[in-house]
Amino acid sequence: MKLRRSMLFLPGANAAMLSTAFVYKPDSIMFDLEDAVSLREKDSARLLVFHALQLPVYRETETVVRINPLNTPFGHLDLEAAVRAGVDVVRLPKTDCAEDVELLEREVERIERACGREVGSTKLMAAIESASGVINALSIAKASPRLTGIALAGFDYVMDMQTERGDGTELFYARCAVLHAARAAKIDAFDVVWSDLNDEAGFLKEVDLIKRLGFNGKSLINPRQIELLHNAYAPTEEEVEYAGRVVAAAAEGERKGLGVVSLNGKMIDGPVIDHARRVLQRAEASGTRK
Amino acid sequence: MKIVKEALAGTLESSDLLVKVSPGSGTGLEVVISSEVMQQFGLQIDRVVRDTLARLGVTAGLVVVEDKGALDCAIQARVQTAVMRGAEAQTIDWSALS
Repeated sequence: MKLRRSMLFLPGANAAMLSTAFVYKPDSIMFDLEDAVSLREKDSARLLVFHALQLPVYRETETVVRINPLNTPFGHLDLEAAVRAGVDVVRLPKTDCAEDVELLEREVERIERACGREVGSTKLMAAIESASGVINALSIAKASPRLTGIALAGFDYVMDMQTERGDGTELFYARCAVLHAARAAKIDAFDVVWSDLNDEAGFLKEVDLIKRLGFNGKSLINPRQIELLHNAYAPTEEEVEYAGRVVAAAAEGERKGLGVVSLNGKMIDGPVIDHARRVLQRAEASGTRK
Repeated sequence: MKIVKEALAGTLESSDLLVKVSPGSGTGLEVVISSEVMQQFGLQIDRVVRDTLARLGVTAGLVVVEDKGALDCAIQARVQTAVMRGAEAQTIDWSALS
């Protein structure tokens, strides 16, 4: 069960950030070759990311590369660079339908075979950025066993919906649709970026909302947001204490061969035990909430 | 790979480098390096630049590097980008880049 609360975006053309981002310890680092890179620097960013991915310091962190769409002149070259460099996850932007993921999967497999990488070792992630993508979220989420998650990308989505970012009402249906699709497909779900770095209260309010909805985490554009996010996702001391008792009771029940276990008169079943394990995992990663 | 025109890659920001390639006089390869950390890492930078050029098959031209404390991975990437731009390369030989 990989913890994916924070996915830090890094502009692929920025040598300094690519060389140092590992120190911030997000759950995943995403090297961006798409929107954060100007057209004339696509070639140089691709090679910078190709080499940065091979730095030993990135072996401890899950690496993600956001490629350009495969129907642009850059997408296929980005994919070659990412897969050959050993990236953990390829993030496909502007995913509108399952066929987009299926094409990506075929291309990834071709490159894996060409460069001698184990077939299936490159994971995928799809970003949904349009009304069509939201409508097709379930088929997208189930399009490939390589998918680790789907993400909602807010900016393009609200443009497509002819609205703008506000209090979250404009994203409510899309968030719920993407989240339900991810859960039905048993993969992770990621929320949109929060772009106003000076509005910490707004960021935390949004994090509280998406955590309660059930998102695994959020895409981030600044390292300052990592600790805030991890703390918001950290359980309270009481939650950790209760989760510990649930896991212990489940272990005891298993030892005794009991099908159903109860704790203080309440039945503990599989989902409750899974939730308790996730609470303990978050506590182990970043302690209890401050 | 043959450098046929002048080309640049990189920036002068900290932890980056600017690489300028040109056909030069056409008789051999000349590499000129300046760096804020020349005293400590000059030999290492020179080795990375020359290794990268050799793997790309560059045997002639002028390569000028202005380093601002970049890691080896950035040096490789910027040199490769400048050469590909200067050679007007249409395809990428990935085995020559690792």
